[in-house]
Amino acid sequence: MTGFHDILIAPFVEFAFMQRALLGALMLSVSAAPVGVFLMLRRMSLTGDAMAHAILPGAAAGFLLYGLEIVPMTLGGLIAGVLVALGAGAVSRLTIQKEDASMAAFYLISLAVGVVMVSLRGSNIDLMHVLFGTVLALDNDALTLIGLVTAITISALLFFRRALIAECLDPLFLRSVSKLGSPVHFIFLGLVVINLVAGFQALGTLLSVGLMILPAAAARFWAQRVETMCLLAIGISALSSIAGLLLSYHAALPSGPAIILSAGFAYATSVIAAPRGVLMTRLPKTAHRTA
Amino acid sequence: MNDACITFSNLTLGYDSHPAVHHLDGVVEKGTLLAIVGGNGSGKSTLMKGIIGMLRPLGGACTVAPDARIAYLPQQSELDRSFPAQVRDLVSLGLWPKRGLLGRHGAQDRETVLNALRAVGLDGFKRRPIDTLSGGQLQRVLFARVLVQDAELILLDEPFNAIDAKTVTDLVALIKHWHGEGRTVLVVVHDLDLVRENFPQALLLARRLIAWGAARDTLTPENLLRARRLHEAWDENAPWCAPGDDVHDGVCVGRQEAVQ
Repeated sequence: MTGFHDILIAPFVEFAFMQRALLGALMLSVSAAPVGVFLMLRRMSLTGDAMAHAILPGAAAGFLLYGLEIVPMTLGGLIAGVLVALGAGAVSRLTIQKEDASMAAFYLISLAVGVVMVSLRGSNIDLMHVLFGTVLALDNDALTLIGLVTAITISALLFFRRALIAECLDPLFLRSVSKLGSPVHFIFLGLVVINLVAGFQALGTLLSVGLMILPAAAARFWAQRVETMCLLAIGISALSSIAGLLLSYHAALPSGPAIILSAGFAYATSVIAAPRGVLMTRLPKTAHRTA
Repeated sequence: MNDACITFSNLTLGYDSHPAVHHLDGVVEKGTLLAIVGGNGSGKSTLMKGIIGMLRPLGGACTVAPDARIAYLPQQSELDRSFPAQVRDLVSLGLWPKRGLLGRHGAQDRETVLNALRAVGLDGFKRRPIDTLSGGQLQRVLFARVLVQDAELILLDEPFNAIDAKTVTDLVALIKHWHGEGRTVLVVVHDLDLVRENFPQALLLARRLIAWGAARDTLTPENLLRARRLHEAWDENAPWCAPGDDVHDGVCVGRQEAVQ
């Protein structure tokens, strides 16, 4: 039992930085995983990735002006993310161009601007920090920010739940009974942005999208209803966070990638073994029901 | 005298200033069961979109009675069949007009959903994932959703496409039932025999109105031939339509009067 305790419990009891990291990652799980579920169901998984790149110039601007400080970098990232989301969303709703194309155009421009800005002043270590985050160095400000984002996200998801589901399941129907379709789309894009911004302190701009998409993608293989899928994604995300932090602690790996790798492992397992995964749907079934 | 449910006044609908429905006048009275007939590209779906308000008129107006709840079943559904939802979730969307964004779906609402499924012959399907339904079953589910919407005005755009005879019979019975309840029902249909047998009224479109009246009088060979001749013409650089042009060479017979 001591071995068990040493491996799984002790790191979180003994070290304050591990407790902070755990708290941050768990809050992110509760917040980002359900957002990821809807992102995936709207066929926007790669949009999440694009958005993660898009917030870079804002974070870089904050970094250039104030150094490695959470508030200016967060605000910068938020502004850049909202600009790109609104711009791409507006182009796709006002012209014939689909959102994937407009989003790609906007985020590529944004990413290039961001990298140029970081390289203007920072060293490579700074760039690494912005790109890959440091979950083990979350300070009070960062934890407050993540908590705030989690509260906003969960409230908004619960409040707009029905419209969000209708807008994914049958957008034309929603348009025929309500004018909420477009507002809900933009509110949702806003949630994506604030979750990415909350995540990039811990996981960096490139990996914050991982905790959003991987648990959601894994949950799809198990669930039949979207509510179940959200709960499952949160669970997978939380387990991945714990597993990733432990992996990072024991094997001296960078924490962000370790968390995302754990989520990746959950995804791979689900692809193979879940009820809607590869194995179960391919198994030859000889028994069948009468109706 | 019934009141008007839908009033078209010199209504022109279209895309990129090319009309798809050209100068339509007339009144659909409350409680009408009307088939909308015409070839592909004759403006039937466009008219539906105009009535529901998804398409703004290029000219004229389309007025729907202000208190009328509308249920609309589009031809090109944007329904995502891979979405993780069960049949009851999809049918429950029809509760939106009553419960809106936040109203609780109570026991009575769940009962309404179950009754609707029973009415379309899908007893026991409530927990089926929607991606396991056949085309006909899905159409029945969508009719159940229309039932739940409990609308005064029901717009169905080609609801019988790729649907087997038994299902068509069942769905037509449902439509007649709605008609019997005094609801106004507009259905885009291609099967002319189906229209003659089941629909009291028909509206024949070929981008402009060809005929509108009792179904048997509207769907005469002469009218159908005229519709076919008219609606093929498409000119990218067609001259601009000016007020006063003779656009009424389709015979507008108004509401109930028969075409001679």
